[in-house]
Amino acid sequence: MRHGFAPSRTLLLGCAAPAVAFFAAFWLLPVALLLALPAGKGWATYFAVLINARYLQSLLQTLGLSLAVTLATLVLGALVGITLARQRFRGRQLLLSLLTLPLSFPGVIVGFFMILLGGRQGLVADLSDALGAGRTTFAYGLAGLFLAYLYFSLPRAIATYTAAAGAMDAALEEAARSLGASRWRVARDVWLPELAATTLGCGAIVFATAMGAFGTAFTLASKFEVLPITIYNEFTNYANFALAASLSITLGLITWLVLWAARRASGTPAF
Amino acid sequence: MMRNARQAPWSLVALTALVALFMLAPIALSVLAGLVNNYSTGLKSGLTLRWLGEVWENYGGTVGASLLLALACVLGNLAIGVPCAYALARSRSRWARLFEELLTLPVAVPGLASALALILAYGTLQGFRQSLAFVLVGHMVFTLPFMVRTVGAAFQKDELRSLEEAARSLGASFAQRFLGVLVPAVLPAIVAGCLMVFTLSVGEFNLTWMLHTPLTRTLPVGLADSYASMRIEIGSAYTLVFLIVILPVLWGLQAVGSFIEKHHGT
Repeated sequence: MRHGFAPSRTLLLGCAAPAVAFFAAFWLLPVALLLALPAGKGWATYFAVLINARYLQSLLQTLGLSLAVTLATLVLGALVGITLARQRFRGRQLLLSLLTLPLSFPGVIVGFFMILLGGRQGLVADLSDALGAGRTTFAYGLAGLFLAYLYFSLPRAIATYTAAAGAMDAALEEAARSLGASRWRVARDVWLPELAATTLGCGAIVFATAMGAFGTAFTLASKFEVLPITIYNEFTNYANFALAASLSITLGLITWLVLWAARRASGTPAF
Repeated sequence: MMRNARQAPWSLVALTALVALFMLAPIALSVLAGLVNNYSTGLKSGLTLRWLGEVWENYGGTVGASLLLALACVLGNLAIGVPCAYALARSRSRWARLFEELLTLPVAVPGLASALALILAYGTLQGFRQSLAFVLVGHMVFTLPFMVRTVGAAFQKDELRSLEEAARSLGASFAQRFLGVLVPAVLPAIVAGCLMVFTLSVGEFNLTWMLHTPLTRTLPVGLADSYASMRIEIGSAYTLVFLIVILPVLWGLQAVGSFIEKHHGT
């Protein structure tokens, strides 16, 4: 029954042909050229990120930041998601859609938001000034970058966890509670296993997005340099195309591998 | 008692309120900053539309460019993405699975890398490089997997397969089947895909910043420029313009989502 009917091969090929041609011309071919480019400057160029201390530092900083943001996002997103999934109150749906609104913001807006909060004219500076502590700014350093990345990562985690927690088996938790399990044990023995697949999939996407984010760090002109900014600088300020290509390959490989591994492990789609 | 057990503890409610404040305060702050005469004096300085006017004067063109680009991106996705989604949903060959896999790569790989690759391959074709088509190509590569995934899932339904077979046994040609039976059946998914592609295109920055030229600036590119060079009120008013453009599309997306859930099951 399921495979009773199949259109002809030629027909399917004809349907797919325009997309295949477009994708081959504007992604596969350009990326193949990008992959081959560093070879022209010697094979060592591929390992620029490991050889050059400045690039290595930029990579490690990006990895550290992305990892920290991912962990914070997963913890906060899970707690908020579980709360929103079970708490019934007026305006819950509106709050949920407002919380997921930032998913559609370009990274530059998120950077600007941090300037509004923690920049020289920011809200926090005004508040701390009023309290007599001087004008506190945090937007242009590591703290600003971390909060900005948290800002654009949280909506995805909140939406995912709210959906997953809403679909969670309530009976299991009731059973655990009626057997006298503490809140902590319920969280460890019921929530954690039920939300494991969600955590893995969501964590991979959040991590990959943080690694590749460019607009936010660009707007904040952060003193804390991340790899996408290093790539951009190599390309525009130093016109060093081979190096920019090499660093892009490193970055792309990392994000792709993380998403691929998470998908393998949990069987959930990549985005 | 059952209800009590499902009630979240107050600490979680407080945390949720705090996170909501963190997420929503900047949006409110930005909207306010775009509408007051002077940001440092706040509401006391009075409300004004002056900054919106200045945004329109300096960056009005970027709004049109972004809308045009997003619309072209949607049309392009309809033309090549919908047939491709059908082919991938019906094909059982290994090549189809491989292509499906490859298609998701532009989402997995940072936009910066895809943009560099495009510049490397086509940057020397001056006419193409300096036109909006160059940015469009980047947006389409990035959005195609979303359209194909969304519509492909709808094409895979078993009822649709039998419906298509019935139409064929009644003598309908492929064009009749495709446009008369298949497309209407997956229309909600197509609309959802279109709105998704539109949103992604309007908000895209990572690729666009590398691909744009002074003559092909989009809304996010203009935003980055205003944040770097204009006063905070103008940046805020410009952000408000972005919200005005994107909000109706997002509402539409939500409406389609609940329509699909109601009429077609999950």
